[in-house]
Amino acid sequence: MDNKEQYLRDLRTYVYGFLLAVVLTVAAFWAALGSGWAPGTVLSVVGFLGLIQLSVHLRYFLHIDRSRQQREDLDLILFTSLVVLIIVLGTIWVLGNLHERMHMHM
Amino acid sequence: MHAVEVNQHPGLNLTQHSDVHVPKNATVIFGFWIFLMSDMVFFGLMFAIYITMIGATADGPGPKELFDFTSLALQTGALLLSSLTAGMALLVLKYNQRQRTMVLWLLATLILGLTFLTLEVRDFIAMFAMDAGPWRSGYLSAFFGLVPLHGLHVTMGCLWLVVLLIQLSIFGMVPKLKTRFMRFALFWHFLDLIWIGIFSIVYFGAWTYG
Repeated sequence: MDNKEQYLRDLRTYVYGFLLAVVLTVAAFWAALGSGWAPGTVLSVVGFLGLIQLSVHLRYFLHIDRSRQQREDLDLILFTSLVVLIIVLGTIWVLGNLHERMHMHM
Repeated sequence: MHAVEVNQHPGLNLTQHSDVHVPKNATVIFGFWIFLMSDMVFFGLMFAIYITMIGATADGPGPKELFDFTSLALQTGALLLSSLTAGMALLVLKYNQRQRTMVLWLLATLILGLTFLTLEVRDFIAMFAMDAGPWRSGYLSAFFGLVPLHGLHVTMGCLWLVVLLIQLSIFGMVPKLKTRFMRFALFWHFLDLIWIGIFSIVYFGAWTYG
């Protein structure tokens, strides 16, 4: 493959990733501060935009994709995400339940 | 035909003609990737604590009184831009372009990182002036457990970058230094991932909910 062509492709990856990240960030800021939606809607939209932005950063900046050579890297990040999800959701579940039983507002 | 280029490890991969020993490099970078993932678990714990502490303000100031969104936007912009400049520096490294260009991109990254830290510290000082430090409430303890932890990572990243720049000026672009720069770039992009969680959950989540 031509070196120049490969260079341009790599360059595009970073620039596209950056532009996507900026658009998603601005959208999240607008949804939270400018939209005036109900809190539930804002939370879901910001959460959704955050998840997309995470995958954009992984794809364009960290170069994690589903190509064969990187399967271990992808496995590792998926497993770690599972651990983090269990920790975070478990904590919120247990402590949220505790708060409720003690009639506190979380 | 794109089949020639295979991805050996996370982050930007060097070309086949590079002077870096590819399998060894892939092992070293995978090891660093494991460190980053364990760091992610650490951050996950701090996020979990923070979420359960939203509302535990003990009648002290909460998100509505404390957050400065102009500063948050500037900090986010500085971090995103620094990710791009770090990527540009790595491209110079991959395609063996002029070392001077790479140093300029890295200096831009360093300046943006320091800008981020300055803004963040300024926010913390403003909060302290309102008697809103970690001592004030469970909520603020959780806030100051999580956000400065990310800031500390950025500080370490800046320090690391300075050391690498000094090494670069002494040794030139030797293969060993190349893999160090590649790991630095991974670390720097990883901090962006955490920052997305911070502005989504710590700032917007608590501001909407609290």
